[in-house]
Amino acid sequence: MRIDGKGSVDRAAPVRFRFDGVEYQGFKGDTLASALMANGVRVVGRSFKYHRPRGVLTAGSEEPNALVEIIEDRQQTPNVRATVQEIYEGMEAKSQNRWPSLKFDVLAVNDLAAPFLSAGFYYKTFMWPRAFWERIYEPLIRRAAGLGSLSGRHDEADYEKAFAFCDLLVIGAGPAGLAAALQAARAGADVILADEGVAMGGRLLADSGQIDGKPAGEWVRDVLAELGAMPNVRLMTRTSVTGVYDGGTYSALERVGLHVAARPDLPRECFWRIVAGQAVLAAGAQERMIAFADNDRPGIMTASAIRTYLNHYGVSLGKRVTIFANNDDARQTARDLMAAGVEVAAIIDARPDAPVAEDCPVYAGAEVVGTKGRHGLTSITVRHRGGDMQIETDCLGVSGGWNPLVHLTCHMNGRPVWDASLAAFLPRAGAVPGMHVAGAAAGVFSTAGCLTSGAAVAVQALGVLGRKAVPMELPLAENAGYDILPLWEVKGKGRAWLDFANDVTTKDVRLAAQENFASVEHMKRYTTQGMAPDQGKNSNVGALAVLADATGRGIPETGTTTFRPPFSPVSIAAMGAGGRAEGFAPQRFMTSHSASVERGAPMIEAGMWYRPSYFPRMGESTWREACDREVTMVRGTVGVCDVSTLGKIDIQGRDAARFLDLVYTNMFSTLPVGRVRYGLMLRADGHVLDDGTTARLGENHYLMTTTTAAAGLVMRHLEFVAQAYCAGWDVRFISVTENWAQFAVAGPMAKALLETLVEVDLPFMGCGPVQLDQVAARLFRISFSGEQGYEIAVPARYGEALFRDLLARAETMGGGAYGMEALNVLRIEKGFITHAEIHGRTTAFDIGMEKMVSAKKDCIGKGAAARPGMVGAERDQLVGLRPVNDVAISAGAHLFNPGTEVTRVNDQGYVTSVGYSPTLGGYLGMAFLRDGRARHGEMVRLVDHLRKIDVLCEVSDPVFHDPEGVKLRG
Amino acid sequence: MRITCPLCGPRDRREFYYYGSEDYLTRPEGEDWDAIDAHLHLRNNPAGRVRDLWYHDMGCTSWLVVTRDTVTHEVFGAALVADGGVSISAKMKSKGGAA
Amino acid sequence: MADLIAKTPLWGQGAVVSGGVTLAEVDLGQVTSVAPFVGQEKTLAAALKPLVFPAPNMVSAKGAARLVWTGRGQAFLIGAVPDGLDGLAALTDQSDGWAGVSLTGAGAVDVLARLIPLDLRDMAVGACARTSLGHMAVVLIRVKDGFELLVFRSMARTAWHELEVAMKMRAARLAC
Repeated sequence: MRIDGKGSVDRAAPVRFRFDGVEYQGFKGDTLASALMANGVRVVGRSFKYHRPRGVLTAGSEEPNALVEIIEDRQQTPNVRATVQEIYEGMEAKSQNRWPSLKFDVLAVNDLAAPFLSAGFYYKTFMWPRAFWERIYEPLIRRAAGLGSLSGRHDEADYEKAFAFCDLLVIGAGPAGLAAALQAARAGADVILADEGVAMGGRLLADSGQIDGKPAGEWVRDVLAELGAMPNVRLMTRTSVTGVYDGGTYSALERVGLHVAARPDLPRECFWRIVAGQAVLAAGAQERMIAFADNDRPGIMTASAIRTYLNHYGVSLGKRVTIFANNDDARQTARDLMAAGVEVAAIIDARPDAPVAEDCPVYAGAEVVGTKGRHGLTSITVRHRGGDMQIETDCLGVSGGWNPLVHLTCHMNGRPVWDASLAAFLPRAGAVPGMHVAGAAAGVFSTAGCLTSGAAVAVQALGVLGRKAVPMELPLAENAGYDILPLWEVKGKGRAWLDFANDVTTKDVRLAAQENFASVEHMKRYTTQGMAPDQGKNSNVGALAVLADATGRGIPETGTTTFRPPFSPVSIAAMGAGGRAEGFAPQRFMTSHSASVERGAPMIEAGMWYRPSYFPRMGESTWREACDREVTMVRGTVGVCDVSTLGKIDIQGRDAARFLDLVYTNMFSTLPVGRVRYGLMLRADGHVLDDGTTARLGENHYLMTTTTAAAGLVMRHLEFVAQAYCAGWDVRFISVTENWAQFAVAGPMAKALLETLVEVDLPFMGCGPVQLDQVAARLFRISFSGEQGYEIAVPARYGEALFRDLLARAETMGGGAYGMEALNVLRIEKGFITHAEIHGRTTAFDIGMEKMVSAKKDCIGKGAAARPGMVGAERDQLVGLRPVNDVAISAGAHLFNPGTEVTRVNDQGYVTSVGYSPTLGGYLGMAFLRDGRARHGEMVRLVDHLRKIDVLCEVSDPVFHDPEGVKLRG
Repeated sequence: MRITCPLCGPRDRREFYYYGSEDYLTRPEGEDWDAIDAHLHLRNNPAGRVRDLWYHDMGCTSWLVVTRDTVTHEVFGAALVADGGVSISAKMKSKGGAA
Repeated sequence: MADLIAKTPLWGQGAVVSGGVTLAEVDLGQVTSVAPFVGQEKTLAAALKPLVFPAPNMVSAKGAARLVWTGRGQAFLIGAVPDGLDGLAALTDQSDGWAGVSLTGAGAVDVLARLIPLDLRDMAVGACARTSLGHMAVVLIRVKDGFELLVFRSMARTAWHELEVAMKMRAARLAC
């Protein structure tokens, strides 16, 4: 119910939303949890295993029970915490883990079967027969257990990622965080203040305290106004800092658009990477439960949550509330409720010496031993002075004390320290370099203490940052002590819940200990305690206290499990924001792209580049028809192909020749100016890195080409060799790949075509500048097709125009464009290698190029390539293959000697490239065959089990077409 | 993780490419198989300080020797390979099997 | 004879304005990479005047001519002809290799924070950086009203798309 005069929701702004198909009304500023409670909705979900009805337990991101699905047009988001989700007009939410309805859930039968469903039950129960696990047990269990469901569609909504930098990151904007931010900001430091709430203020907004004699909210407003007006301060609300990483890097998740209906371009969430010089952790503390029989009924919640809903949202779930606590703090809940006119039936205080002077009955030294009410609490049983009594109540606030939120201090392997007086774990000093902990996160629970500690750590941080702190007067605030009597569990009959989200009871923990899963890490995995979406925030300390009790060890000896990022759930979509399509990999387009697309060429990905597969013509119904025609065209007339994607590296300097001699196996210092040479490059381990042609443009000026695939790799390699081994050499290089558009013109009529454009007077493997109208171009006489071939390069701005021009000229001569498919067939016919052959495990010897490793000089990889095992008959060597029948063969197939069994030990090699050769009228393959060069003319059996191919092939030299190179030179 | 490039300044790890131990800087000559083996394969795996090669791929294209701690993840500094990688002082140099 | 039409990397792409930030293609004019040869630093310095070979992350400018640091021992001479530098430095024409875009307006920094993992707080006019824009290498130059970015020509459309998406998301946030 709503409480008049309380809370900061906007009563003038009603918001309609639906939950499980029923329309409700809340107000602007409500979370789904507060709005449902205001409407008297108590059951909001069903528990994970036993399908028990559950209500809201907390008022924050740690909520284990109130997990719902948010349904949108194209979106279905499971496991949304109703305590975080703000309502908006038209919002549609659905409860989870129930069928057919929240009120009547068939699987609630599990609750009756609870004795059989204890920890580890599926390890024991579903063992036999073994085959049943995958087909029967697992699907069954998955359906029975589990949380929300997904839409089954791709998440195509917008998510964002962003980077931020600051001197000081303040995590949490409660009193400690606000004081720290103010102290640092006034000293001129760049401050980011991040808080997971919608409004900043932390518990100052949830409690009814005063600062400087005014309501605390007014002080918060003043501080935020001051901070907000400073250019060196960035306030980030709805932002949870989720992880701590090396070098002062923090991750944070901002809920950007989840509180409004989806709108175009508005990201749902933003995943921040924040780099901070120093950080202040002021994340506060979280109230914990006490385990007692049936402590999971709807209507039972933390005492502080009741206070938050009352003071911040103006809502009380109960009309007649009871409080069960072991500390002073929970008293404030009772006082606030009574002041707001809500009846408090009793305070049950576990401490025998607890003060009893309140405006309601107080039972000191008492415990709650049982509860009643299937769909909502109706009464509790209290044990007091040896006797039990029933108290009618519809809402019980529980406080087992407070756990400082030490999580972020543990993300770099830090372990928290047990403090017996606070009955809590505290951060270990220096656990994260550059992080200071203040306020309740450091175990300082009073408001005055928080303010002081926040300001003090900010001064420390400023010192490290080299900034002078400005003296700051702190306001007057509550400075009460914190008296607590540790109470983890009320022993007795019935199940007492520790982990609400994963349905783990004290019994399960004791069973784990009994079965010798006594280490806290083993207990966690055996019982699944702490493995739900709340990651044990509500149960870890209680569970390990029960484990400590069961094993007879103390809490500090028992220790905690490992805290890992994220602090609170982060959607994968947010972490991967911007990682689809272009954001996954840039799309690289050649200058000829539109011209190719206009001609209907399917564009295929070659690394990041998009290259035309083939250029279909009228009447062609398959890619093969187009490919065969293009191959025949190049062999018969002339073809044009964009080869701009090949890496081009401009190399200059007096030591350029010497440098090339070092990186290539063969000699480039002897290459005459105006000539091109094919070069082979090895890795340090002697395997082939890349190949390509390099032209000598001038005495101290070379132009290297690399394969498309290895352009970046080669650049990195050249940089390494130059910087590591060639200190002081006069050699400079830079990529010019992007600056030049380069087109292969190949075929018997290539020269004739080019002569219509430029002067063509080059010997085979010659190069030189040419003038193309007003444009300075470069012409190379090189061939990757085996035909008379040229490559012409122009500055990229002219690329598209030249491509169109070349095509037009080629077409008048009976030629045209050819794509990657034809290019591949042409080079296979000619036995030219690509990275299908130099795939990282082959040597110069393997590809038959060992003679290219100059004996006259050193080169990278030379020694390694000569090692035993890198050369010899035992190596798989490059050969050509032709099937004896006219059947298709496949790359990836393996080779066997005829008559041998097709098993791994008989493997003789593998096929790297295949293509149908219209020139030779059959399939051709390139393969690596054991001792292959000595086996030309032999038969091998080619087997591909995947494609069901089994055929005899004749082994040959890999060069099928024009082995003498007459056409090339002609 | 952040690395301070001697030329570009402090940068995010994502701008760099990792290669391996600084042992790669000592290139063996000729056909001394043991030296080649050590250069390519033999590495210490210390819990503590290491000197590794990183490439500032998305930056100035410098190769760097980065000194860091494999236990605490602390990065102590980075020096240019082209300068001999010396600005971190030679005292940290820990040679393994490589002769 | 061929009559070749020149096209810029983002040919046909008009400027986009969103949330007070403007994205537009920039004609860089002539771009030449300048990498001083060993022992030529002094002679080069004299030949470069009034420009100076920039320190890392810096731009030297005079009128329309700019010398932008682009990496170890390398700078781009933008908007000027590299006269008198032959033999003093390795010179390569980069005029067609890069797409230039400008991102201007008060929110430009916020747009870049979505794509560039770099601390831009203290980046003043006259500073530049080599860094990444998403997965793309970029030369980032601080200019009076915002930034100029140089990306590889082949990736210009992707860079544009990424920047435009970041701009629109920012604008949608402002309107929320």
